[in-house]
Amino acid sequence: MRLLSEDRPGHWLLAALLVALLLVLAFAPFLLPGTKALAVAARILIFIVLAASYDLLLGYTGIVSFAQTTFFGLGAYGVAIALSGGGGWLALILGAAAGIAVSVGLALAMALLSLRVRAIFFSMITLALARFAQVLASEWRGLTGGEDGLTFSVPRLIAPGFHPFASPILGLRISGTVIAYYLIFAVTLVSFLVLLRIVNSPFGRVLQAIRENPFRAEALGFRTIFHRALASALAAGFAALAGAMLAMQLRYTNPDTTLSFSLMIDILLMVVIGGMGTLYGAAIGATVMVLAQYYLQPGLSLLAAAARGIPLAPALFDPERWLLWLGLIFVLVVTFFPAGIVGSLRARANAAAHPPIA
Amino acid sequence: MTPIALIPRESLPYLVLPLLVLVALLGMSFSTWLTLTVAGLAMGCMLFLAAIGLTLIFGLMDVLNFAHGGFVTLGAFIVVAVLGTGSLAGLGIAAALGVVALAIALAAGAGAGVGLVFERLLIRRVAGAPLRQILITVGGGIILQQLLIIVFGAEPLPLPRPLALRGSVIIAGAPLERYRLMVCALGLVIYAATHLALNRTRLGLLIRAAVENREMVEALGFRASTLFRLVFAAGTALAAVGGVIFALYAGMVTADLGGEIIILVFIVVIIGGLGSVNGCFLASLLLGLANNYVGFLAPKLALGTDIALMLIVLLWRPRGLLPMDGA
Amino acid sequence: MAAPVPLLELAGMHTHIGRYHILHGVDLAVPEGYVSVLLGRNGAGKTTALRTIMGLWRASQGAIRFAGREIAALPTPAIARLGIAYVPESMGVFTALTVAENFRLADWRGDPAPARLEAVMAAFPVLAEKWRARAGTLSGGQKQMLAIGRAMAAEHRLLIIDEPSKGLAPVMVAQLTEALARLKEGRTTILLVEQNFAMARALGDHVAVMEDGRIVHRGEMATLAADIALQTRLLGLSLASHQ
Repeated sequence: MRLLSEDRPGHWLLAALLVALLLVLAFAPFLLPGTKALAVAARILIFIVLAASYDLLLGYTGIVSFAQTTFFGLGAYGVAIALSGGGGWLALILGAAAGIAVSVGLALAMALLSLRVRAIFFSMITLALARFAQVLASEWRGLTGGEDGLTFSVPRLIAPGFHPFASPILGLRISGTVIAYYLIFAVTLVSFLVLLRIVNSPFGRVLQAIRENPFRAEALGFRTIFHRALASALAAGFAALAGAMLAMQLRYTNPDTTLSFSLMIDILLMVVIGGMGTLYGAAIGATVMVLAQYYLQPGLSLLAAAARGIPLAPALFDPERWLLWLGLIFVLVVTFFPAGIVGSLRARANAAAHPPIA
Repeated sequence: MTPIALIPRESLPYLVLPLLVLVALLGMSFSTWLTLTVAGLAMGCMLFLAAIGLTLIFGLMDVLNFAHGGFVTLGAFIVVAVLGTGSLAGLGIAAALGVVALAIALAAGAGAGVGLVFERLLIRRVAGAPLRQILITVGGGIILQQLLIIVFGAEPLPLPRPLALRGSVIIAGAPLERYRLMVCALGLVIYAATHLALNRTRLGLLIRAAVENREMVEALGFRASTLFRLVFAAGTALAAVGGVIFALYAGMVTADLGGEIIILVFIVVIIGGLGSVNGCFLASLLLGLANNYVGFLAPKLALGTDIALMLIVLLWRPRGLLPMDGA
Repeated sequence: MAAPVPLLELAGMHTHIGRYHILHGVDLAVPEGYVSVLLGRNGAGKTTALRTIMGLWRASQGAIRFAGREIAALPTPAIARLGIAYVPESMGVFTALTVAENFRLADWRGDPAPARLEAVMAAFPVLAEKWRARAGTLSGGQKQMLAIGRAMAAEHRLLIIDEPSKGLAPVMVAQLTEALARLKEGRTTILLVEQNFAMARALGDHVAVMEDGRIVHRGEMATLAADIALQTRLLGLSLASHQ
């Protein structure tokens, strides 16, 4: 419980889900054969960090930013640019560090800007900045490789062709991919626990007080701008870290995989579906969304095939239209379950523990 | 006393526009300047059409509709449906204008209709919850875009302008595209109409009053929610009309059109000041002109023009050039 | 003197704002043809009571009857349309509009009748002088006159005014008092919230005193005006010393 910063899941089902998720992710290379399954598991890990970092902003601080992908992209491009010139671990670490540093700096500058403008202005500005970052990455071919992006090789230890052991261990032939997976797993676990520590610290509680009532928090003597700026910087730093991991895992980086608006929508969905203001929700949301991306689309094409005779139905269930379904789910969740999966489960647990007085 | 001190502070933002136009003249020949200025004004007018509804809806109800771009796309697809992909190219000028007018009317109707449904199904459910409002309009925007793809397809649709609306006229040695001149005229008409409607009609006064103090308008016996629905529908209708004009200008329509324009529209609204009609017009023209001048003088910098302009204005006036005057 | 059925009647009205319980069962009767004054210290709940009547806050419990009709559940515009003209504490003047335009919006049915406008201009001649001026450029007193004049210009059965003297110079208060006294002569029913006891005493027929979200005293204004000890007990020295 110390490790979880006294933030208990709060509902047995949620606790069971989280434990199951942790176990599956911890033993994914052994449990899930095949490169695709391992790639999905790695993606889940990376998006847990990204969604959790965004939740720090959206859920805990109440700041609506559409520029989280920009930081994600900065981390990814930091690694990509550093590694595309060759180089090994030092380049990887320096690239990631540079991406994180630039992200934190940019986030602080944006926080200063947010001091001057209304919250709704800020949301619109972040949208414009995110778009600008995407266009910049597509156009600045000399640095970013344009639309095609950058393809590079990673240090030998985590490269797919690397096999340190002659014989399989527990039935699995250990490769660089597996080592990379466990590197990502470790970084994600530590990041998540650190974020959990942050939101349950006095600092995290001040953030929530500011979210509930900025004027009151200010009147109580909290320097809201300082807290917001720090939250933005932390959120940006962790997003960049996630981006660096994505680049390392994919061994390429392009605007579409790191900077696109639809990616931003994915992050929003993860946080909202999981439950804003609960990091566990971000973890669950990220898992649900990544699984849906990989397995909902094939499901839709089955539906489309089955519904061939019905007018319009094939178009509705076309796997290319899966965003339509995500949009619908999103709207339904925001309308009817604004607390998300985790918030709703916790509300149930609370209701059971404290039945309303008749 | 310096000359600046003689000018009332609140009229300073209006001076930015003539200043920009004059400074640009220093950097290029007169005919180039004239061509670029007309192109910039035309682009500004298109932006104004797309932005005016957004800013009014926000002023009235504090709702920022992130799905607004979807209505621009809707209008663009409707003009493709009306004009087809080229069969009407040979129309004379009167017939061509008639067909475009028909497309505008249909787009306005569809924009208003879909807008009302959108308001009923989504916006009304999250009144007074800003965070959920942003999220639900983002979600609604995705749904709208995907539905449009289902109806009109995901492939880019070519939209050749009727021949009568192509070509240029030469004025003072500068080639001026006919269509751009037309857009300028239409933009001016719509700006004037909006301005008159808001300042001269009782309904317009009521809208301005509600922008300032919604509660008082209700305490006087007016139904602000009806007013809001009306403005919402008018705003989405104007966005759809903007889509028609954009589509004819670009000669190509994709489902991403609205999503790309909405970024510019947001910048317009931020620069102009949320809720302000005059600010919206001023900012639209500024953005249109700056884009064209910079694109000619320093093409490499064109990419950052919009963002740079936005940041400069925000540092100068954090609430925009002409915040919330209601007119 | 008391009318048998009051025009406006509050019975056991409770109001919550967020999680705060502001009104704890307010009972009040406003008889037709008289001026009823609601007195009380800052924070006693007077403004909340008026806002609840107008439907701007929702009563969580209790009844509000106007002209025999239950209105607690009606939306604000419907309440206003029954014939209640309301001048809020903030005056609710549309500053971006001119004085003339403010009057165009006085009545939801349409432009106000010329006879009514003339009566308003007779009461507040300065509004006629400022007819084309933007309301935002008016002084505080002129804005208050515009707010009250706009309410008068609408056809109404009850006029509710929230602290018209607030922040005004004494000469302005005197002018307002005079104008409202003329309305009173015309048998307009008024519910007036005031902290200025001199003004309240000059206009009121009936009086109710609020404290901590409850009515703690009600009766004839003449009785309260004559009883210094009662004034001191109910309103405190600061109010009594206004006279």
